[in-house]
Amino acid sequence: MYQEVILDHYKNPHGRGLRDGDAEVHHVNPTCGDEITLRVKYDGTKIEDVSYEGQGCSISQASASVLNELLVGKEFSDARKIQETFLELMQSKGKLEPDDAMEDILEDAVAFAGVSKYPARVKCALLSWMAWKDATAQVLGGADAEKETTA
Amino acid sequence: MTQLPGLLDTEALRKDFPILDRVVHDGKKLVYLDNAATSQTPRQVLDVLSEYYEQHNANVHRGVHVLAEEATALYEGARDKVAEFINAPSRDEVIFTKNASESLNLVANMLGWADEPYRVDSDTEIVITEMEHHSNIVPWQLLAQRTGAKLKWFGLTDDGRLDLSNIDEVITEKTKIVSFVLVSNILGTQNPVEAIVRRAQQVGALVCIDASQAAPHMPLDVQALQADFVAFTGHKMCGPTGIGVLWGRQELLEDLPPFLGGGEMIETVSMHSSTYAPAPHKFEAGTPPVSQAIGLGAAIDYLNAIGMEKILAHEHALTEYAVKRLLEVPDLRIIGPTTAEERGAAISFTLGDIHPHDVGQVLDEQGIAVRVGHHCARPVCLRYGIPATTRASFYLYSTPAEIDALVDGLEHVRNFFG
Repeated sequence: MYQEVILDHYKNPHGRGLRDGDAEVHHVNPTCGDEITLRVKYDGTKIEDVSYEGQGCSISQASASVLNELLVGKEFSDARKIQETFLELMQSKGKLEPDDAMEDILEDAVAFAGVSKYPARVKCALLSWMAWKDATAQVLGGADAEKETTA
Repeated sequence: MTQLPGLLDTEALRKDFPILDRVVHDGKKLVYLDNAATSQTPRQVLDVLSEYYEQHNANVHRGVHVLAEEATALYEGARDKVAEFINAPSRDEVIFTKNASESLNLVANMLGWADEPYRVDSDTEIVITEMEHHSNIVPWQLLAQRTGAKLKWFGLTDDGRLDLSNIDEVITEKTKIVSFVLVSNILGTQNPVEAIVRRAQQVGALVCIDASQAAPHMPLDVQALQADFVAFTGHKMCGPTGIGVLWGRQELLEDLPPFLGGGEMIETVSMHSSTYAPAPHKFEAGTPPVSQAIGLGAAIDYLNAIGMEKILAHEHALTEYAVKRLLEVPDLRIIGPTTAEERGAAISFTLGDIHPHDVGQVLDEQGIAVRVGHHCARPVCLRYGIPATTRASFYLYSTPAEIDALVDGLEHVRNFFG
């Protein structure tokens, strides 16, 4: 489960710290107390930045780092594709062997394949990804959403 | 092998627990140190459960056939065993519930619907402590929200004990009920019952004690405790899940209103109104957990055969050894008392900056089962400024070798994330 890639991201996280954003969300995992505050900056076509601060286990922290590495600079449609693919992998209960196409999409995130075998830890891996999805929906949701997100 | 004075013959006892022979993760011997969450079940209890279903299964208190009478006798026999186990003055003071949470919710709801002098309303106060399990917090929060009563609590000292320095301000003439844990499931702390009960009695408040982490591990005497209600659960004391106990003083059970309505709890029913059966049946609506109660009775027989004093001594010796060994691990901080005095056999700790989920996962890979998280006592984690803890907890079959395995496992965790 603890692939070298995961431990590397845990010890040397990418893009950690809160920076300017268009929307901010705070997500928690009530079973273990993992928390993340995440901001998304979106210029209308590209994900300019995903910044975050949080506390939690190596899986949740490494996953946030991988998310930052993968999504920043991507077109929104590509980012969504990556998020959906990661979700599919994490919900596979360890039965999905990532193929080449999946590895091309997920890059470092394929290292989390082993985590999907552990139901108690899947939520840790998905915490930042669900937060990103939520924050992005707020940015795309327009004026109403913006009022709630005083970043 | 480490020999400590006061230990039970675990080599013999462990033969009663088939699950302790399990190997996990490709040949790792199971080291089960999650007994505060649930205990394992001895063959003696498993045999009683299967014999019940093979020979006696029927609904209780109804029907005149052989099986119904046998099942009823076994179920009520379990009530006798519980009453004797906790030194209850009367067997009618023992209410079967599904777990300790239900027991505590039952007390809160009795008081919420009661008439004077027991009634909890907006002029009254409820007192709990900061070290309660969520099951002894949330029912009182609900009661306070619904009635307008004020919820107050005792804080904690830095070394994991109750801060009773302001006891006269916390428990006042307005206090209707004081509900607190006898042994904390997260800190391991054993609380000073007498001081709290004395103050509660001074102001005429009722006392409810959550004994979930005490009943499995030490002699429990409800008369000596001088409480009004005592709650505990079967699955932490070698019994099955789905069976809990609420003991209450007889006059209170007579006076207080029922909570759940249904079959079995009535005397007569018309379309306009009903009258109720005497306690304990007044509080046991519907088909009760029959086999589970009988299983709990068998668990009590098992514990009595060993002796609760001996179990207490065994766990005290193990706790003393575990505290000593754990404090040798670099960066390990025990959350709770750091001696074995006035404490139970559940030990919570943090290990440097390594998240407890990671500690638990790497220990599991070595076959060592501990609990990680906030242990349904999140206010304790907030109090000590930590997101969660790792908790090792022992029982009558735990051994010093298992504590050694834990300490070795923690060294491995440190190297892994170091």
